Amino acid sequence: MSGIITLTVDGTEVEVEEGSTVLQACEAAGKEVPRFCYHERLSIAGNCRMCLVEMERSPKPVASCAMPAGNGMVIKTDTPLVKKAREGVMEFMLINHPLDCPICDQGGECDLQDQAMGYGLADSRYQEEKRAVENKNMGPLISTIMTRCIHCTRCVRFATEIAGVPELGAIGRGEAMEITTYLEKALDSELSGNVVDLCPVGALTSLPYAYKARSWELSHTSTIDVMDAVGSHIRVDTRGNEVMRVLPRINDDINEEWISDKTRHHIDGLASQRIDRPYMRGANGRLAEASWDDVFAAIAKAVKKAKPSEIAALAGDLADAEAMFALKTLIETLGSPHMDCRQDGSVIGQQGQGGYLFNSTIAGLDEADAIFLIGANPRHEAAVMNARIRQNWLNSGLKVFRLGEAVDLTYPVKELGTDANILDKLVSKGGPVITALKNAKRPMIVVGAGALNRKDSAGILASVSAIAKAVNLVTPEWNGFNILHTAAARVAGLMMAFLPAKGGKATADIMKAMEKGEIKLLFNLGADELNFSQRSSNTTMIYIGSHGDHGAAQADIVLPGAAWSEKDAIYVNMEGRVQHAHKANFPPGDAREDWAILRALSAVLGKTLGFDNLDALRAALISAYPVFGNVDTAQPARPKVLGRKQAISDLPLTTAITVANRGAGNSRNFYMTCPISRASVTMAECVKAFEANNDVKAAE
Amino acid sequence: MSISRRIADEQPDHFAFSAENKKLIKAIMAKYPKERKASAVLPLLDLAQRQHDNWLPMKAIEAVAEACDMPEIRVLEVASFYTMFNLKPVGKYFIQACGTTPCWLRGSNEVMRCIKDKLGISSGQTSACGKFSLLEVECLGACVNAPMVQINDDYYEDLDYMSMSVLIDRLDADDVPAAGSLRGRQGSQPEPAPTSLTNVVDFKDASTAKKTKSSPKTTKGKGDGHA
Repeated sequence: MSGIITLTVDGTEVEVEEGSTVLQACEAAGKEVPRFCYHERLSIAGNCRMCLVEMERSPKPVASCAMPAGNGMVIKTDTPLVKKAREGVMEFMLINHPLDCPICDQGGECDLQDQAMGYGLADSRYQEEKRAVENKNMGPLISTIMTRCIHCTRCVRFATEIAGVPELGAIGRGEAMEITTYLEKALDSELSGNVVDLCPVGALTSLPYAYKARSWELSHTSTIDVMDAVGSHIRVDTRGNEVMRVLPRINDDINEEWISDKTRHHIDGLASQRIDRPYMRGANGRLAEASWDDVFAAIAKAVKKAKPSEIAALAGDLADAEAMFALKTLIETLGSPHMDCRQDGSVIGQQGQGGYLFNSTIAGLDEADAIFLIGANPRHEAAVMNARIRQNWLNSGLKVFRLGEAVDLTYPVKELGTDANILDKLVSKGGPVITALKNAKRPMIVVGAGALNRKDSAGILASVSAIAKAVNLVTPEWNGFNILHTAAARVAGLMMAFLPAKGGKATADIMKAMEKGEIKLLFNLGADELNFSQRSSNTTMIYIGSHGDHGAAQADIVLPGAAWSEKDAIYVNMEGRVQHAHKANFPPGDAREDWAILRALSAVLGKTLGFDNLDALRAALISAYPVFGNVDTAQPARPKVLGRKQAISDLPLTTAITVANRGAGNSRNFYMTCPISRASVTMAECVKAFEANNDVKAAE
Repeated sequence: MSISRRIADEQPDHFAFSAENKKLIKAIMAKYPKERKASAVLPLLDLAQRQHDNWLPMKAIEAVAEACDMPEIRVLEVASFYTMFNLKPVGKYFIQACGTTPCWLRGSNEVMRCIKDKLGISSGQTSACGKFSLLEVECLGACVNAPMVQINDDYYEDLDYMSMSVLIDRLDADDVPAAGSLRGRQGSQPEPAPTSLTNVVDFKDASTAKKTKSSPKTTKGKGDGHA
């Protein structure tokens, strides 16, 4: 297909793939080429002219980003002509760029600032009037100072190509050109924050981070995102003990170089609504501050009172693997079989790893040629993955079918309605979707939370299994069976079987048993999406977590845990990729890492857990579940036949997470899916802004 | 000028293509492949502008976007790129005056001064009576008869202060003169008489016949004194 071509850059021969650009060839030769408009993951614009190089037999310098590399080309990047040309371009760019670096948030990490050091003139020759541009409203996340804009159009290309919301544009022309959204609507995308990273100058900067810190005062910690089950690679920037911002790290297997707006901007929630000391419900029925000794003594008393079969444990959506393993070990030592990590009530997890992972892997989305979404809304449940599906559709016309609520996914989708009963008909009678999956080389079925959090999910899974078999979904070369998770904790929980043991109760049964008073003691590890208000008065709930949300409000004893940025922890993403997150700051007040709280508690209960530090805990975890030892690789497996025969109800398939707040429905708002994002003011503003957008759309 | 100032503050609530224009849209669309509807954006914007008193409200942009299956911002990008599209109401007579070098050398400044004197407007403005708007534009390609202005669809050429003044007066009375040279020149023929091809048989007869037909009667001779 594509051959290798050879060309000379500054006297050295380099080999690049056919179809590469001269700029890529220069990079292959180790030459740095300055650029503003060119970006690896966006289409080529060629409008900033900063990447000019000299090409033999060309009378003028050429824009290397837009010039295809040819065999035998002779390129020079270090001649006086090139330097002069780039200086000319830079001078034009600086004509209208304000000299406000000292008050600009981009200062210190600005491409224009950096490149002006190399190609800028010391003095300006410009005597005329400078232009000024009015700032635009781009919603609650993006601050605009449009006079700084150099018209690279990276943001326009990102919105159109990656985010799939063609709302940004460059209107007017020449000196009057301006970047804006149509009628200044907020950019209605879950990935909008990425335009801030893309902007090479300070025209688009982060609004929540505005004037908060300078880039050089921040310490960086490379870690893993927990706002969804994608496990995006992120960098947490802290100043002192405060998380100032989150930026994406490049990982081509997971998030490429994008992150969702929730990942980027939920962080103000890390500092509010925090549980910073133990609390205990007093005689007056109110939660009151207490010491660690008091709460541990109270727990010991409650444990002593309850029979082993009257104790249960639930793990929430943000729990780390270590905490879950410590809790599971403690519950097992106490002799109870009742525990569950699936607070959404799904029934996956007991039929092998292949039955609950995103087996095609996230990178596999690039290869797929037909996707069948069942109750899944990748746009809001895994925003970064949706961008990949969109790229595949743009590049190769991927076919997407959906059974479930019709949410705009930014690419065309063939709708099959919302009645899950048609799955059985598809097995027996076939249909376009079955034909498409059969004919596809890389077919994928993606089952989402919308299909899994229903009472009849076992029946749905059984039908999906039958379809998978009928279309030959899983072959030795390709595994097309996928579960789209929404919780960062879930896969780790399933891998370590944080599930009802023999005779144990699952989430729904635990909740029921608590209403009847059959379960007397519940260890709640950050499960905040459940309603405990109906539980019997003779039950005790111990909440371990970081934020005062639904769980803590209804608990009898509250133990202050560490939030995700405050602990070294293991999270497993939906591909079964075991990833180590790192501590960026310290938990507030008396709060401790969750596993350490459980370890200390176990000693008080006289059932001391066999690990004194995190390394020992991890060693125990890996020896019990070796799959945790295989770090940073996706671990897909062949799915077994899933689910069981069960009638499927007529209830329409809805999506579990979306932006529209439908009140009575069980769907959650994309911007507020966990205790931390619910505590975030920025996220609350997003809900307000984008719901206003949706109201307008609905009215039309 | 900031682009947002080029867009009218007061916008109508509604815009719909007329039945006649809908037929035209069908005919225009038929020229392009079905999946390339966006190709029709320029003719459709032109239709919309003609239907809507020579300017494009945002609702018209949206109507064109829908017809062309394009995002609204893409249509606004096109409409705001070309000076021929007005995003603000303009007068009944929209004067586009050329100020590029050939016209300037032949006295376009005088033409502009005349407009300023008579109507009190400079580029981008509409007269107090609301009947006239002026926009200074770049070369309109009629340099042979410079200086010139375009008023709505017609070119008026060979202008000077006086003939521009008469032109405005006549337009003000809604007496629209025939397009072309206001000095009575046929096309761009040499003045005062042909200098070449003079010996062609029948040439004179043919040219006289045409000349009488197309030259504006009232201005004939008037402008001569100021040439």
